[in-house]
Amino acid sequence: MQILMALLSGLLFGVGLIVSGMTDPAKVIGFLDIGGRWDPSLAFVMLGAIAAGFIGFRLARQREQSLLGEEMHLPTARRIDRRLILGAIVFGAGWGLAGFCPGPALASLLSAGIKPAIFTAAMLGGMAVFELIERLPQARR
Amino acid sequence: MIIDWAAFTPWKSLIGGLLIGLGAAVFVLFNGRVAGISGIVGGLLRPARGGMAWRIAFLAGLVAAPLAYGLAGALPPVRIDADGGTLIAAGLLVGFGSRYGSGCTSGHGVCGIARLSPRSMAATAAFMLSGFGTVYVLRHMM
Repeated sequence: MQILMALLSGLLFGVGLIVSGMTDPAKVIGFLDIGGRWDPSLAFVMLGAIAAGFIGFRLARQREQSLLGEEMHLPTARRIDRRLILGAIVFGAGWGLAGFCPGPALASLLSAGIKPAIFTAAMLGGMAVFELIERLPQARR
Repeated sequence: MIIDWAAFTPWKSLIGGLLIGLGAAVFVLFNGRVAGISGIVGGLLRPARGGMAWRIAFLAGLVAAPLAYGLAGALPPVRIDADGGTLIAAGLLVGFGSRYGSGCTSGHGVCGIARLSPRSMAATAAFMLSGFGTVYVLRHMM
């Protein structure tokens, strides 16, 4: 059941990405191009996603366990540090460069030829570099 | 700033956004997990942490989304202007940055803001500004 609900959640999330326009990098870049012809659509994606998510997380916070009896794994980190901001800046640069972020790239793998696969392979490479650096003793915090 | 009214799709984007949020809500309510895509993918590279099955199931749903959507109608276009080299550079930055900053558009931008987390709001502001800046430099300064 836990596996089935994870599959369903991923499917809903992915269909939402397609419906919203997030899987079309040209549209994403149209949103990020505030100096050119700006397409504000993605602000509406955020609005819808945050509204629905807000209700979900509010209900989740009142629970000790999930509806399937799983432990609640909600983030506990609160510190706004250099790592958070630097990582976000690097992420944003990559997002602006090609118009892809992780979810939409995965949700385009089966429908948009080789390009999402190239991006996804490089993304896994970037994550692997992170794992390697994390395991170096001097980089540990 | 000129608004591109021809490309503007407020309703589709709002409905798509609601579905994204619904996916995240179902996931946290039933599985007790945050639908942060970079964290879910990144966790696959840390086998010691366990919990492979739910990660693979969630990602399988995400990857299968165009198949499900295709049953209902024609898929919208995926217009990728970036060439191979740009895609590789972008992927490396997205992969490393999302892990180093503990989240991406989904984990910080959707779930984090929906949890009213100040940390995620700061990260979202940072990656949006960085994205705006990157596109500005690429489109208007080069």
